[in-house]
Amino acid sequence: MKAVYGLYSDPERAQRAADSLRAAGIPDRDITVISGEPLEEFEFGRRDHRTPMPWLAALGGVLGGGSGYLLSSLTQRAYPIPTGGMPIVAQWTNGIVTYELTMLGAILMTLVTLLITAGIPDWRAQLYDPAVSDGYILIGVINPPDDSRIEIERRLRESGTAAVKEVVLRRRFGSKLQGATG
Amino acid sequence: MEKSPNQITEDLLRPLSRTSTKFYVAVALLGAVVVAAFAAFGYQAYSGIGVSGLRRPVFWGFYITNFVFWIGISHAGTLISAILRLANATWRRPVTRCAEVITVFALSIGAMFPIIHLGRPWLAFWLIPYASERQIWPNFRSPLVWDFFAINTYLIGSVAFLTLPIIPDWALVRDKASGWRKRVYGILSLGWRGTPKQWSRLETAMHIMAIAIIPVAVSVHTIVSWDFAMAPVPMWHSTIFGPYFVAGAIFSGIAALIIAMACLRKFLHLEDYLKPVHFDNLGKLLLMMSLLWFYFVFAERLTVWYGNDPSEMAVFWTTQQGAYAPLFWTMVFCNFLLPFPILAIKRLRTITGTVIASIGVVAGMWLERFLIIVPSLSHKYMPYNWGTYRPTWVEITIMAGTFAGMALLYVLFSKAVPIISIWELKLGLQKKSGVRSQETRERRELTAGLEQKLET
Repeated sequence: MKAVYGLYSDPERAQRAADSLRAAGIPDRDITVISGEPLEEFEFGRRDHRTPMPWLAALGGVLGGGSGYLLSSLTQRAYPIPTGGMPIVAQWTNGIVTYELTMLGAILMTLVTLLITAGIPDWRAQLYDPAVSDGYILIGVINPPDDSRIEIERRLRESGTAAVKEVVLRRRFGSKLQGATG
Repeated sequence: MEKSPNQITEDLLRPLSRTSTKFYVAVALLGAVVVAAFAAFGYQAYSGIGVSGLRRPVFWGFYITNFVFWIGISHAGTLISAILRLANATWRRPVTRCAEVITVFALSIGAMFPIIHLGRPWLAFWLIPYASERQIWPNFRSPLVWDFFAINTYLIGSVAFLTLPIIPDWALVRDKASGWRKRVYGILSLGWRGTPKQWSRLETAMHIMAIAIIPVAVSVHTIVSWDFAMAPVPMWHSTIFGPYFVAGAIFSGIAALIIAMACLRKFLHLEDYLKPVHFDNLGKLLLMMSLLWFYFVFAERLTVWYGNDPSEMAVFWTTQQGAYAPLFWTMVFCNFLLPFPILAIKRLRTITGTVIASIGVVAGMWLERFLIIVPSLSHKYMPYNWGTYRPTWVEITIMAGTFAGMALLYVLFSKAVPIISIWELKLGLQKKSGVRSQETRERRELTAGLEQKLET
């Protein structure tokens, strides 16, 4: 798997590069954007913004609450212990366990949704450059068509990158990517 | 002068890469106290709970005091951080992680105390609800089972709330490190890259968790208060206990946070990040909580005094004028008389001032927990059954060990993780410069428009 990318020192140039690639007919899904912090002020930073996470968290809450109520009330029926004049299935006290497990369900569902939709953990070979941690923004294309590679490199360069890089992704993430500076 | 993003990275990663002699000395000293506490606990487990000062009628002493105290301290982090996050307070950025760490460690330490308090700690698993042949399935009507659910929910939520924003910082450490550190942080960062999708999901998740964790934090300390309020013991059986405990928890939590921040500032040289404005803002919060605490104490005491119930009055007078009066008035001094003037007068609300007030509050709140538990148990309904409580060296050593343990965990954490969120700090910087460039653009447009008008 090959990739071509440029590193940009500021978000305006990165936005210009993304727009330029799009103008060259490269679809959004093929353009990789990586930054050291969220860049919501820019169009490229708002991609993939829509998520069902809040709804799934609510669903998790309902599932957690339901299981909390069932856990407490079914247990009380299975092991009936008369306590302090309270009924065997004591709704007031079960409300507390139900409440706690509702919140736990919402929290766990949020966590699971985050991990799945953000694609972590993932240690496979991915397009990345440690320069991102120095504040650069990476704009690149994975597996660019052979006939348009030169055009992509030109557009990346014209948008203000210091250097266009070409890499072969073949090793585990975190280890050094095999690449050549163009 | 404002720091550049690269300077921020360099400053905040320095504690991870460089280790001074002070670090080893601190770890050795704190570790020694922790080992002593483990030895004391081992001695108690071997000899039986009789080596503690717990005697009839006082069966809840130092251990339960510490349990309530540490659960209270845990309110420093996640709750404050979540509120500030939702309020979008820009000054929160350097503070949130320092606070969230306190929650996770304080909660873990607090949750240990019911087990330490058990005469036979190896049977602690009886607290966990699982089907067994013992026919004593956990009683869901018992506040102790509520504690189990509440504390675990809060702990899981707080660990997630702390860990998720650390992932991008671990990725940054991975990129900067070499050798085994690179491999370890490579695993810890879970392959984080920083795509718009990942950032967007992380921010949404943090927002949802902040909303969910606030009511959980409130419920945790309310439920801890119900451990007492559900029992018909003089001065415990009160409807005010829920909010009273929550207010006290936030109060002691903020104080602990200020102390932790002052230590980090001094020992990790974070003067450019943990600024006087952070201490000033937290000092104002502490002042408000001090007033709220005083209001709750007054409301509780007034109601008891006005009701004039003999059993409650016995507890009331022993704390006002009797054997526990010195502790009670020390508590009032530490929680109100000392912090109020320091925090109310702007000139005194300095870093040193807020730290002095906070040390007072932490000590005062520990005394408050003790005074809620012990005088009530030692003065129950039957005067022939009254008694006293004196902690033994075992309890004191275990308590000292938990304080040292908290400090040790904090020191070790700040060695493995940037104690201030680097990406959030850079984001703040970027937003600030974004606002500035927007202002410059608008000013330029205005000037251009004006020039055009003048020309025409």
